[in-house]
Amino acid sequence: MRRLLTGNAAAAWGARLARADYVPAFPITPQTEIIELLAQWFGSGELRGRLTLLESEHSMLTAAAAAAATGVRVFTATSSQGLLYAMEMLYAVPGWRAPFVLVNVSRGLASPITLESDHNDVLAARDSGFLQFHCASCQEVVDSVLLAYRLAEDPRVRLPALVNLDGFHLSFTREPVDLPTAEAAAAFLPPFESQGIEFRAGRPVSQAVAVLGGSAYSYFRYETHLAAEQALQAHGAIAAEFAQRFGRRHDAVERYRSDDAEIAFFMIGAFATKAMDAVDRLREAGIAAGLVRPRLLRPYPAAALQRALAGKRAVAVIDQNLSVGKGGVLHGELASVLYGQPDAPLLASYIGGLGGRDISAGEFFQIARELQDAVLARRVPPPRLLYTAGELRQMRNLQAIAAGERGMPEARA
Amino acid sequence: MNPALRRMKDLPSTHLLGAGSAMCAGCGGLLALHEICDLLGARTVFVNAASCMTLLASYPFTPFRGSWLYTAMASAPAGAQGVRDALDILSERGRLPPEQDLTAVALTGDGAATGIGLSATAGAIDRGLDFIYLCYDNEGYGNTGQQSSPATPLGARTATSTGAHGHPASKMDLFAIWVAQRPAYAATVIGADPLDLARKIDRARALKGPRLIHALAPCPPGWSFDPAEGVEIGRLAVKTGIWPLKEYVDGRVVHTHVPHPRLPVEEYLKRQGRFRHLFEPGRDTRVLAQIQSQVDAYWEQVCA
Repeated sequence: MRRLLTGNAAAAWGARLARADYVPAFPITPQTEIIELLAQWFGSGELRGRLTLLESEHSMLTAAAAAAATGVRVFTATSSQGLLYAMEMLYAVPGWRAPFVLVNVSRGLASPITLESDHNDVLAARDSGFLQFHCASCQEVVDSVLLAYRLAEDPRVRLPALVNLDGFHLSFTREPVDLPTAEAAAAFLPPFESQGIEFRAGRPVSQAVAVLGGSAYSYFRYETHLAAEQALQAHGAIAAEFAQRFGRRHDAVERYRSDDAEIAFFMIGAFATKAMDAVDRLREAGIAAGLVRPRLLRPYPAAALQRALAGKRAVAVIDQNLSVGKGGVLHGELASVLYGQPDAPLLASYIGGLGGRDISAGEFFQIARELQDAVLARRVPPPRLLYTAGELRQMRNLQAIAAGERGMPEARA
Repeated sequence: MNPALRRMKDLPSTHLLGAGSAMCAGCGGLLALHEICDLLGARTVFVNAASCMTLLASYPFTPFRGSWLYTAMASAPAGAQGVRDALDILSERGRLPPEQDLTAVALTGDGAATGIGLSATAGAIDRGLDFIYLCYDNEGYGNTGQQSSPATPLGARTATSTGAHGHPASKMDLFAIWVAQRPAYAATVIGADPLDLARKIDRARALKGPRLIHALAPCPPGWSFDPAEGVEIGRLAVKTGIWPLKEYVDGRVVHTHVPHPRLPVEEYLKRQGRFRHLFEPGRDTRVLAQIQSQVDAYWEQVCA
């Protein structure tokens, strides 16, 4: 069934096709449409189960994990400040080994407070123990929710999963989406299995208990890490099965015209489609460019990335995030798996697309030029913060207005 | 009231909470919890917030016959919500035989109950969550060495109220905060009066919806008294009128014990090191009078 859906509606459809039993919710822009749609479906009986509005994201995540630990399939969603408000629980619940799916609709973090997208929110959850999927299209959103449940619930894994889509660029953008039928989705994703992690009167369990000492603590932390690593292998098989059933391949790493490329862009999320467009135009101009896009960020597909980038001459990592005082998070991560590899490319770092700022075609071409220069000079250019002279002029205008307002007499009503 | 709970010998003789836990000797919270567990039975899941009692279940041991879920300091009621909702969903689908159902019990200290977790608690009451909220109140952040919490009483010395007159604010009224939201039930209890406690647990158990059990928990290290005196200090809290035993049911607050005659508050205060500065080196007549007059005003209002 082909439909025109926003990314938010696609996320809600993912939960519906996964037959989520329980949705603890709390509204936040730009996620709200997801929980409104789900509330509507629970109300009309199109979804069986219940949606409970909590009084905060911290409570929402607690309720989500507690319900998953009681043996039902749970879906929830948030964004930005909400994800950060829930952060204590985000780090706590993976150790419960009670899988569920959390959709994050990416939005820049305060300060300054904003509504539009970048990836600092979701990358703050990077080390939490949640598996992380990053979507570039509305189709990928619905598919990723189904894939995320399969992977999260896999007996080798048993970890919660986070599916990320970019606020506005995906959340409010309508794209044609092939919706799997309910039957096909059910055949791919069997009913939730608690695998013994559940609260029942006849079989008491103690969940998330304290440990005393570093040995017990390390044991459980390592165990969670190893489970996440096993998810990498499990993902390969699950993605292959998905492709067989639905005809769409969602590998851990997407390679777009990159196999014979000399230079490559490296990005996650919706703006990667802008890079694809730039690649096409660079190819038309005779430049062997490509795109490498990890869909799975946790577990980190290190070997697949090494393979995808071996032999490239230069790679530009375009981070839509900023680790203040360090730079791009994805750049550092990629460098850590390429360092010392034979045939490793030169690795350049660009920060762009913060808080909804566009990355223009012209900027992609400029980046490509700088990569070519770097190859010739055999030297990595310094990290760059993308910002145009025009933007700076506009900013100076705003500052002039602000200064003028400050100087105004206080007679203003 | 359950006619089977007339005298001490009517209390359960089987004790469900295991011994040998990490709580301090003479812990008034543990005393209340022992009595409460015996009455609630093993078909429970205790959803815990960070507090002294988080250490009850330390891998690989637990003193509970039922289940346990540690959450975080702020969100035990939300954990209870998730468990309850999931059990209800399973039950509606016929996937939870009634005998497998559980009572969700949020177990928190006063720090969570009156501060960091108050928003999650108010939300759970507002949603009509079917759960028991058990707050053991040792009037400070006990597990971290007794800093002042919103539940710390006027005049008490804590690790963060070290001035000449002790804690400058009055104790937050958690019971009144609950009652303002019209819960199914709310009660104050104390381990030192097991019969009164038992009747209230019995009543709470039979109801559905948000139910508060607020237990004053005399704390030997935090309040600075000999562990052997915990029960006596608990009794004095009641006899001086400092800890009113009451319940809210069917929309009314009823006092289950009206101390008469009421002992002077000093009888309670002078037994605890945390109030010693009110008596030594000289009497702090202002603060002592203030504490007494607050208690007097409370009971005048009750008996009016």
